[in-house]
Amino acid sequence: MSDAAFLDHGTGPGCRDVRQERGQREVFCGLTSIVWMHRKIQDAFFLVVGSRTCAHLVQSAAGVMIFAEPRFATAIIDERDLAGLADLDDELDRVVGRLVERRPDIRLLFLVGSCPSEVIKLDLSRAAARLSTRFMPECRVLSYSGSGIETTFTQGEDNCLAGLVHEMPREAAGAAPSLLVVGALADVVEDQFRTLFAGLGIADVRFLPPRQGRSLPAVGAGTRMLLAQPYLAETARLLEGRGARLLPAPFPFGAEGTTAWLRAAAQAFGVDRGRFDAVTGPGRARAQAAVARRGADLAGKRVFFFPDSQLEVPLARFLARECGMEPVEVGTPYLHRQHLAAELDMLPAAARIVEGQDVDLQLDRCRAARPDLTVCGLGLANPLEAEGFATKWSIELLFSPTQGYEQAGDLADLFARPLRRRALLEV
Amino acid sequence: MQLTLWTYEGPPHVGAMRIAASMTGVHYVLHAPQGDTYADLLFTMIERRDSRPPVTYSTFQARDLGGDTAELFKTAARQAYERFRPDVMLVGASCTAELIQDDPGGLARALALPIPVVPLELPAYQKKENWGAAETFLQLVRALAAPGARAERSASVSSRPPSCNILGATALGFRNRDDVPEVRRILERLGIEVRVVAPLGATAADIARLGEADFNVVLYPEIAQRTADWLKRTFGQPMTTVVPIGVGATRDFIAEVKTLAGIDKSFGREQTRLPWYARSVDSTYLTGKRVFVFGDATHAIAAARVASRELGFEVVGLGTYSREFAREVRAAAAGYGIEALITDDYLDVEAHVASLQPELVLGSQMERHIAKRLGIPAAVISAPVHVQDFPARTSPQMGFEGANVLFDTWVHPLMMGLEEHLVTMFRDDFEFGEGRAPSHLGHAPAPAAPAEVQATESPAAAAPAAGSPVPWTLDAEKELRKVPFFVRGKARRNTEAYAGTRGIALITVETLYDAKAHFGR
Ligand code: SF4
Ligand code: SF4
Repeated sequence: MSDAAFLDHGTGPGCRDVRQERGQREVFCGLTSIVWMHRKIQDAFFLVVGSRTCAHLVQSAAGVMIFAEPRFATAIIDERDLAGLADLDDELDRVVGRLVERRPDIRLLFLVGSCPSEVIKLDLSRAAARLSTRFMPECRVLSYSGSGIETTFTQGEDNCLAGLVHEMPREAAGAAPSLLVVGALADVVEDQFRTLFAGLGIADVRFLPPRQGRSLPAVGAGTRMLLAQPYLAETARLLEGRGARLLPAPFPFGAEGTTAWLRAAAQAFGVDRGRFDAVTGPGRARAQAAVARRGADLAGKRVFFFPDSQLEVPLARFLARECGMEPVEVGTPYLHRQHLAAELDMLPAAARIVEGQDVDLQLDRCRAARPDLTVCGLGLANPLEAEGFATKWSIELLFSPTQGYEQAGDLADLFARPLRRRALLEV
Repeated sequence: MQLTLWTYEGPPHVGAMRIAASMTGVHYVLHAPQGDTYADLLFTMIERRDSRPPVTYSTFQARDLGGDTAELFKTAARQAYERFRPDVMLVGASCTAELIQDDPGGLARALALPIPVVPLELPAYQKKENWGAAETFLQLVRALAAPGARAERSASVSSRPPSCNILGATALGFRNRDDVPEVRRILERLGIEVRVVAPLGATAADIARLGEADFNVVLYPEIAQRTADWLKRTFGQPMTTVVPIGVGATRDFIAEVKTLAGIDKSFGREQTRLPWYARSVDSTYLTGKRVFVFGDATHAIAAARVASRELGFEVVGLGTYSREFAREVRAAAAGYGIEALITDDYLDVEAHVASLQPELVLGSQMERHIAKRLGIPAAVISAPVHVQDFPARTSPQMGFEGANVLFDTWVHPLMMGLEEHLVTMFRDDFEFGEGRAPSHLGHAPAPAAPAEVQATESPAAAAPAAGSPVPWTLDAEKELRKVPFFVRGKARRNTEAYAGTRGIALITVETLYDAKAHFGR
């Protein structure tokens, strides 16, 4: 299990030593992405086809108290289905029928594959095609995998968006270049970016996922795409297949990351330097000031990342370069070397990058390193706190608006708060 | 295939985790994909546990399938043994591993570890969390309970005080943490020695000693009944049948353990306020409040008894998601002249509550959620648990102090007596407006039916009047709106029922007041 190895990936840009681990993982599966995706795409519903475990996972990750009825559910496979007493296709049709009747407002239904549905080789893409014919035009049915044997946490979003790529309309030939921002962002962040792009004179900006699943943006040879999230390998690959051109950039965390990210778009659209500086200057200054206010709590502190969302490398870069922290270990479930090339170049050389996981070995290393702050998942946070480590639960980094200038201070604060809190408590 | 929005119970392997996490020196090696590690957060976040639950997952991936998933499991088991050095190991499969049929029991046996290894067969597509916990506890006890323990008991029978074990409390159990000390105090006051509490806090060595006690206290039948049955067959230990929730049940419990222990010691003064609080005049407003009860079987049956006999409520609905105990719940419901609701379908429960329009809901966090949406006061009496169900203060459900807690918790969400009258008299006071919460609660309940809820509910839930589709005149509707919101549901229901039985085709203001006179109390 613990066959770890240092692999040398040459000496080109983005290449550095990466420790590979293949042991016990302590990471959510891709189903968990549903927790934010069902809020992002407002006319979509996510139906997991899986086991009671899958239902329990999504429910536990979302918390029992959801303010409105969630737009996700599970079709739980039972013994009759497995024994062949019930025809799986018929059963699925019946469940989807009941669901569509209950939620006539649904325009886009995702059948989400799970470990059990994949192991029994239930063909959800075929089922989706069949059901789509039945419910179109009111409701389109698509499928993707969020299973734990295929996907880790945020890869569920990647697969979901990849599923949408096939459905995106084709851009008319010769259309003017447009910008496609890929990856779910908080609505407020999306609006801020829209304003900034408009200021730069980039008028045609589209977002994937859209807030309404029925209004998918068109894609074609004129599409320039900017990734808002580092975990979108498959989506980006398929978009390139449809003619879109990737604008390589760091990710929009912090003043520096956001500026570089915006600049990649500005350069592709020929925005002149003066205009770029004028438009981004105020936000950038605000971000720098806001981060500086929290910087005092973070400067000189050592941080250790357990793998979780694939955001670890950009976040470590932000903490190192803008907050003065020292990343000791940056664990990530998967490292997309190409999409992270710019980030890897900016990450201090001393930071140990670990791809994959062997949770017990990693805990040993964490205890030995005695970092000032440990970023980890919900299963590890309280136990580490009890051992005396200040922790930041990583899931909050995905559920809070963190990208862009106006959120840079909040982002720094998410890391500073656990430290401030410890200093505050006298019990 | 079952459409599920929310589930009351997790899969059976989560039940097994609860047993492992309850004990010390037990480690569970689970053949499962990475996502199943989410279950750790139930313990570390909901229960605020300060250590990881003692579980190692093999976390196989698609690329391992058809290759060496079995080898992965063996490595995980071996490494878990070397790292954690447990006294006993549980091994088993989650839902996905069950499908790939690697036989964790056989694989672990092949490792020839120098400790007992208990293989668990928990059919994930058939059974659920509580069953998984009960089965795991039983298998652990069967594997570890020393046959010699009984001999030791008979040898020293006269020289020792009577003794018992307390069985069934677990990690993530609803208030189990506080119930155990409460019940222990009762037993010790009677001069009964508590030998082993299990699984919560027990070691493998404790399990070996189970046979030494004279009898078993079954604290929570969902988890402990099958083990207690086995102990009775194997060691001849009798067991309790009363769960001491509420004053009456606690008294019955005391009588029962005295018989089992063969003692006639008086319990002495009961530290209970519930009987007086329930009799004090300000409690008259509780009389006949219509209450809906739903939860696991143990807590639901007990809550119905307390609600009806100790607080003077009217139990209008009683149900459980514990199908294994459907018979007991049906019998209890029959005692209130109602039919039990046996379901694990959240939507069924929601529709049921909506059609009954009770004045108080006693249920799990799920029913609290339903009640919140329908604007009905609610209190939580049962798992599934939430972080709020692990309060910092001691808050038992069992014993006399538990009964005091029940009084507070159930009465608190309701409007207080005089306040209720004032609202009725001066309902036009602007501060008594729609959806006002009881004044001692800071937050207002959600308005009865926000737009989104309306749009998304099942047809039965969207129309509380289902089954009695008698239309209302505009004036009657207006008059109904003058009825305070917290009894309006009942007024509507009563009027419609009244109209239904009299064959009235259109409800007028007149009908409303006729019905009020008819049902008036
Ligand atoms: S985080 Fe707070 S509000 Fe949300 S589910 Fe947990 S306790 Fe409830
Ligand atoms: S890891 Fe697989 S079985 Fe477990 S919850 Fe995720 S999809 Fe379901």
